[in-house]
Amino acid sequence: MKIGVCLKQVPATDTRIRINADATAILTDDVKFEINPYDEYALEEALRLKQAGKATEVITFTVGGADAEARIRDGLARGADRAVRIDDPALAGSDGLGLARVLAAALKAEGVGLVFAGRQSVDGDSSTVPAMIAELMGASQVSWVDKFEVEGDAFTAQRAAGGGMREVVTGKLPVVASCDKGLNTPRYATLPGILKAKSKKIGVMSVAELGVDAGSVGAGAALVTFTNMGPPPERPAGRILSGDTASAVSELVRLLRDEAKVI
Amino acid sequence: MSNEILVFCEFEGGAPRKTALELLQRAVALGAGPVSALVIGNADSSALGANGAHKVYQVSAPALASYSTGAYTKAFAAALAASGAGTLIASASSIARDALPRLAARLGAGLGVECTELRNAGGRIVGRRPVYAGKALVDVNIQSPVAIFTLRPNSYPVGPAPGGSASVVLVDAGITEADVDVKVVGTLAPDSTAVDLTEAERIVSGGRSLKSKEQFDAVVRPLAAALGATAGASRAAVDAGYAGHGEQVGQTGKVVNPSLYIALGISGAIQHLAGMRTSRVIVAVNKDPEAPIFQFATYGIVGDLFEVAPMLQAELARG
Ligand SMILES: Cc1cc2nc3c(=O)[nH]c(=O)nc-3n(C[C@H](O)[C@H](O)[C@H](O)COP(=O)(O)OP(=O)(O)OC[C@H]3O[C@@H](n4cnc5c(N)ncnc54)[C@H](O)[C@@H]3O)c2cc1C
Ligand SMILES: Cc1cc2nc3c(=O)[nH]c(=O)nc-3n(C[C@H](O)[C@H](O)[C@H](O)COP(=O)(O)OP(=O)(O)OC[C@H]3O[C@@H](n4cnc5c(N)ncnc54)[C@H](O)[C@@H]3O)c2cc1C
Repeated sequence: MKIGVCLKQVPATDTRIRINADATAILTDDVKFEINPYDEYALEEALRLKQAGKATEVITFTVGGADAEARIRDGLARGADRAVRIDDPALAGSDGLGLARVLAAALKAEGVGLVFAGRQSVDGDSSTVPAMIAELMGASQVSWVDKFEVEGDAFTAQRAAGGGMREVVTGKLPVVASCDKGLNTPRYATLPGILKAKSKKIGVMSVAELGVDAGSVGAGAALVTFTNMGPPPERPAGRILSGDTASAVSELVRLLRDEAKVI
Repeated sequence: MSNEILVFCEFEGGAPRKTALELLQRAVALGAGPVSALVIGNADSSALGANGAHKVYQVSAPALASYSTGAYTKAFAAALAASGAGTLIASASSIARDALPRLAARLGAGLGVECTELRNAGGRIVGRRPVYAGKALVDVNIQSPVAIFTLRPNSYPVGPAPGGSASVVLVDAGITEADVDVKVVGTLAPDSTAVDLTEAERIVSGGRSLKSKEQFDAVVRPLAAALGATAGASRAAVDAGYAGHGEQVGQTGKVVNPSLYIALGISGAIQHLAGMRTSRVIVAVNKDPEAPIFQFATYGIVGDLFEVAPMLQAELARG
């Protein structure tokens, strides 16, 4: 069985962001990118299953420009066998559904039986692409997993449920699982891994090569658009309660009761 | 598609969750169209009419007794078709996160998630939501005939029920066991019986400075209990084993939106702020006056948490 891993590059979370002139996106020229942290759990899970003899090949899938190749190489250095990068001018301005369309087409074309993606990407923070891929592939899905096992054509996973509960679920492959913290501890690339990765293949695919209609992706097909991007409202200046600890604490309780009315 | 707004109402222990009332009241306040409720499974839906729904679309079937992506997605699609509603809104819950992207892909509907604001822009509903770990906010505009939004819990206050009643429309979605694609075979209870962090009104969180699980249990949890609050933690505290994974607040943990957030010995890293910066009142206790958390705090005490927390607990007990 082949395992597909969705790998996205995102601005490092501690990056300072600058918003573009029409307030629709950020400026990325001096942004430092890294692998989306949740996708590291996804890759690690795939590599473990391969080591356990449950998979023959681990392939990463990325929608992104040539600048994403450094992150893709990092994935190969950690142990992925090869990578597919989907890149096409027609994809500019895609919404989540547009991305899912090309990812689903690529995953299907490779015949993967199991897909691991991240719980969410830490830039858009949407948590929508994996379930959309599952629908478009006709696969089942399990969201926010922190435990995953596969036996033959069946899987068992532990996922987030309401009210802080977690559920144990079972189902059949193919499945798209979105990976949460706690699933595993991702490995880093080793020097031999980095050297080996140099000769591994990154296949670049266009929308047409995937058999996807260019009119179904990109800005023209986007059902969702972002406007008016701006910084969050400033919080009113806070108050440091001075004096000795005892008087600061009683002043705090008074403020919480009488001013803020939250207790 | 009509201008009707269909509100997905979740229940717990036979009663609508607070988030359901929040959504209904907000949907009515939008004034963009008639508001109806969607109930999946069996539940007493009379409280929904009192909170503004004029109709309740109810989808029930034995196969909906526990959550599954397949059966629920089908239920959502059937209710949207039966109501003809042009907008579906839901709380950003684990059910919504799992089912709604799938539904959106099936219907070709635009999906705006994790909104903290929903407004009426000339009859069209527009969402606003944080992106980049809360470092920016953005308007989410949906072009498709059916629009789906999720709203983070506690984005709007819940007022007293205005009163009213709803007629119940039973929707037959034709759901059978065969639609249960992924089956629940067990549940694991959370570590604590307090309200789930994402819906909590009050939260007391502890950081690395707690230094051990024993001290976390002895200092953070009793103060939380005294306030009727849920305990939370920074990632540093979770990674060190002082608190459970489910208790982590932040970008890679839970995003919370309480009216009171007390941070004990938490520095205020951007990834932690991403999970709690929208809290209405933030209290920071930190011995370092330069800690970044103070820039976001409504009230701050510069001091040793091991001294402040028990004193605060005692002061609260005094009433
Ligand atoms: C600032 C900004 C503005 C945007 N504007 C819009 C808009 O108007 N409408 C809209 O719907 N989307 C918009 N997107 C574009 C983009 O399509 C979003 O990334 C998309 O909606 C997916 O959301 P997400 O990135 O939060 O992914 P999530 O759904 O949170 O991602 C979950 C997982 O899916 C996989 N995945 C996601 N993206 C990729 C990828 N490119 N390659 C490989 N795997 C991937 C990863 O495993 C990831 O961990 C915007 C994105 C940003 C950052
Ligand atoms: C991709 C990524 C995702 C992340 N996601 C998250 C996330 O979801 N949530 C999260 O919290 N972090 C997250 N982090 C980690 C984050 O960057 C910080 O490392 C973390 O929040 C620090 O936790 P802390 O405030 O408990 O510890 P520290 O930063 O070490 O701060 C401890 C604070 O306690 C104070 N202190 C010490 N002793 C006392 C005392 N006796 N009394 C009072 N104050 C005292 C110190 O002055 C200091 O300010 C993430 C990081 C990355 C890179």
